[in-house]
Amino acid sequence: MLELRAITAGYDRQAPAVRDATLTVTPGESVGLLGPSGCGKSTLARVAALLHRPDAGEVVLDGTPVHRWRHRAPRELRTAVGVVFQQPRLSADPRLRLADLIAEPLRATGRRSSVPDRVAELAETVGLTPDLLTRRPHEVSDGQLQRACLARALVLRPRWLICDEMTAMLDASTTAALVGVVEAYRTSTGAGLLAVGHDRALLNRWCDRTADWKTVTGW
Amino acid sequence: MADTTTAVTKTVWRAHGTARRSTHTLRLRVSATLVAVTVLAVLLVPPLVRLDQQAVDLAAKLLPPSWSHPFGTDDVGRDLLLRCVYGLRVSLLVGVVAALTATVIGTAVGATAGALGGWVDRAVMRLVDTFSSVPHLLLGVFIVAMFRPGVWPVVISVGLTHWLSTARIVRAEVLSLRSRPYIDAAVSGGASRWRVVVRHLLPGVLPQAGLAAVLMVPHAMWHESALSFLGLGLPTHTASLGTLIQGARGSLLAGQWWPTLFPGLFLIIPTLAVAGLAGVWRERINPRRRSELTL
Repeated sequence: MLELRAITAGYDRQAPAVRDATLTVTPGESVGLLGPSGCGKSTLARVAALLHRPDAGEVVLDGTPVHRWRHRAPRELRTAVGVVFQQPRLSADPRLRLADLIAEPLRATGRRSSVPDRVAELAETVGLTPDLLTRRPHEVSDGQLQRACLARALVLRPRWLICDEMTAMLDASTTAALVGVVEAYRTSTGAGLLAVGHDRALLNRWCDRTADWKTVTGW
Repeated sequence: MADTTTAVTKTVWRAHGTARRSTHTLRLRVSATLVAVTVLAVLLVPPLVRLDQQAVDLAAKLLPPSWSHPFGTDDVGRDLLLRCVYGLRVSLLVGVVAALTATVIGTAVGATAGALGGWVDRAVMRLVDTFSSVPHLLLGVFIVAMFRPGVWPVVISVGLTHWLSTARIVRAEVLSLRSRPYIDAAVSGGASRWRVVVRHLLPGVLPQAGLAAVLMVPHAMWHESALSFLGLGLPTHTASLGTLIQGARGSLLAGQWWPTLFPGLFLIIPTLAVAGLAGVWRERINPRRRSELTL
């Protein structure tokens, strides 16, 4: 279970971006989180990915309450959650070739030996051709880069996947392809999914259950 | 009417663009040539030209520039051209090593402060402010005075007093990179703090740190010259631009201008050349310009 209990978080204690948000995702379930722009859903996604310390509230990941965040969070907990961000351009290190981008979490966690196999396997899954893998982020399109970012999120086989407006910048066919990849991963591994977005039609079709921002925060 | 206006605007814009580019190229070429000539002279002349820069010839003392002595001779008849090349060699060595030392210290301190943030950042930066409030030269004189005169005390003195600006630049750059989503992605992918710094943050600040290092070379040469001029840096028998100018001080008042002018030029020309190169480099790494180039 990925449980967010009464989370209050933000960048200024006087004016938190998220107030009292409660949300639960069970394994294998896909939950959509709908909200208008600027309501704080990305902040909540960052809290769920253990990247941002909430001011109040509790995050429980598979029964373990989380007390430390970012670098201080235990590596097993951090890597149990895969994240795909909204803007692929900003979430990819401009110096790394796509193959290195995808392999980076494997190298960071000391699994160098599995790099060639995993990268080739995931590149095929997300639909990246081998010639794209040798390019740098500025040499590929947003859609191709987001495919690589999705591959990077999946490379450590996370039990939880958070897609923060993953498809907001993309065209319909790329959106369909990426959602297909996420769904295939979810059904084959039983991972839980939290899909954050503002597109009701997409989330209703994609997810088992869609939570409105109002129902999550209670006001 | 509207068409002509657009056409005129376009031409003006283009003419402006090409003019800018050509001065740019000219500056790059002149600076690169001067730097290359300086470095080659310093590296090649001593091993190739088998002349003794220390050879004293009292019969030929204080000769004005001529064909046999293009820069003239000093007050004990040593050839000034040869002395200047040897002096530049020492000054450049001190400049490069001191600049590298300062850049390494500055990058390490700045990256630590920027990457750790919080109270570490505040403490380190207050320490930097404290050091910056003492004049560089005074601190340098203090450090040099603790050792016997020589090349290494000067290198240490300049290195230990000049890392402050690099530390500030690197810290600012790290702070701006640290909040990018790709750092979040790296953290989420299990990267340790060390890995984030070494793999993602430092490569990002390297161009800025490199630029600071290059600009530091002439700065360090000037400091070496200042210390030697004050009689605190290198021993007087070692030819460096500072000791040459100091030695020639007396003869300047007697009307012999060449023993001060040529070492001075040897100091100024590499400085301007390096500044020109650094200016071109700074424009190249300017992110806005780079994004314009990729568009």
